Amino acid sequence: MVDDRMTAMRKDRMAVLARGSTARLHELWRAVGLDPAYRMLRGPEFGLVMLRGRVGGTGHAFNLGEASVTRASVRLEDGSIGHAMALGRDIAKAKLSAVIDALCSSDDVAARIEMAVIEPIRAELNEADETMRRQTAATRVDFFTMARGED
Amino acid sequence: MYVAVKGGETAINNAHRLLADRRRGNRAVPSLTLDQITEQLALGVDRVMSEGSLYDRRLAALAIKQARGDLIEAIFLVRAYRTTLPRFGHSEPLDTEAMLVQRRISACYKDLPGGQLLGPTFDYTHRLLDDELDGDPQVEQGGQRVESHESIARVPDILDREGLVEEDYGSDEVAEPGDINQTPMSFPLDRSMRLQALARGDEGFLLALGYSTQRGYARSHPFAGEIRIGEVDVEVFMPELGFAVPIGRVQVTECQMVNQFKGSAKAPPQFTRGYGLVFGQSERKAMAMSLCDRALRAEELGEDIVAPAQDQEFVVSHCDNVQATGFVEHLKLPHYVDFQAELVLVRRMRAEHEDRADVASAEVREAAE
Repeated sequence: MVDDRMTAMRKDRMAVLARGSTARLHELWRAVGLDPAYRMLRGPEFGLVMLRGRVGGTGHAFNLGEASVTRASVRLEDGSIGHAMALGRDIAKAKLSAVIDALCSSDDVAARIEMAVIEPIRAELNEADETMRRQTAATRVDFFTMARGED
Repeated sequence: MYVAVKGGETAINNAHRLLADRRRGNRAVPSLTLDQITEQLALGVDRVMSEGSLYDRRLAALAIKQARGDLIEAIFLVRAYRTTLPRFGHSEPLDTEAMLVQRRISACYKDLPGGQLLGPTFDYTHRLLDDELDGDPQVEQGGQRVESHESIARVPDILDREGLVEEDYGSDEVAEPGDINQTPMSFPLDRSMRLQALARGDEGFLLALGYSTQRGYARSHPFAGEIRIGEVDVEVFMPELGFAVPIGRVQVTECQMVNQFKGSAKAPPQFTRGYGLVFGQSERKAMAMSLCDRALRAEELGEDIVAPAQDQEFVVSHCDNVQATGFVEHLKLPHYVDFQAELVLVRRMRAEHEDRADVASAEVREAAE
């Protein structure tokens, strides 16, 4: 249970880091004031991920086309390991995201980072999504039937 | 036959320098930025991403700038760049039902869960040129409407409740889907490989073929069951973590084409479906793709193969515009020796033809005498 919850939180954090802008991430990160020493285990490097769809939307998987991604893995001095992968080509973001992932092996640090970095970015992303939903909703067709004037 | 010929080096260098000069154009006009291209020529960028088969808006914008707006050249550049990168793996299949929808319409149902959401469409515009865009007018933000989140059901699922539409092929993962990048194509291809080829196929080619099916060449009575455009999450399974990691979102366009089907010995009459899925906002391409997908299922559905759109070798072998442009454009490369050989041949044939004519006329004269 605890593991599931930890995995869910980690996934959620990774999702926010992957979608957040590099500039905003760095800005919030600087305010946290953490600067741990780390060693690169892998990357940071550019590569491709084959995106898959499903036939008809729910059937067998098929290969739709590739996307560029950047990935990085780091090890901190205390031995904790962090991974990051995100769409696009952004070395700095991948490195920092991996460091954050490694730091969050400690619950205390994770809580601090969640509050200072992840939550603000998540809120901004959610707000952008909500704006998009509302703008799309404004283009909803409200059908009405013309009165025929028979009575 | 190709023979190395030297002597073009200076001319080629100067031609490329001239190309760079012309690409930049009038220096008094500001240079285009990639941000301007991704923001304001977004649909061109989307086309380069989908036919370049590489989701990366910035790279596609760079390719468009480098290619001077020649989209097929830009697609070629993106395909070439793609081959320089290692492949880290594949994503989990995209869940289009969970899409953050930006547009969703159905031509089958007027009132359906989630409604008709027009989104940023060209439909219903009058196609009149707008002089104001000749300048830099202030443009207001899109309007907003606050409403409760309603789930946006997939149209095939609505039809499926009555059993009126065929089901998707089993969602069980029987095998890794084939990949046309990694296996030489041999026909017949299964549907998943055909869809991969169509997804990166040339929009114009697929559009023309889709159109041909509407005009009676492999008629399949299509209805646009649903078109949806929006963002979907991408997740990649990382073995070192033991779970699928979210790596961001992509925008895709999906088209569910619903087609008439009279039934067969095994299946009762029901609707069949063609499927289109394309990177970015590419509605025309997704529709064309779904028409072609349906037409290419002719054999599976026991239909007579009578039209080009049903012939998978014809469609799949010719839908890739990078291959097509490569072979067509190679004709402009030096074929001097080939042509010399042809010249010799034609001269000899003409000489023989004249000889035969002389003999024939001599025979005619003799006969007359």
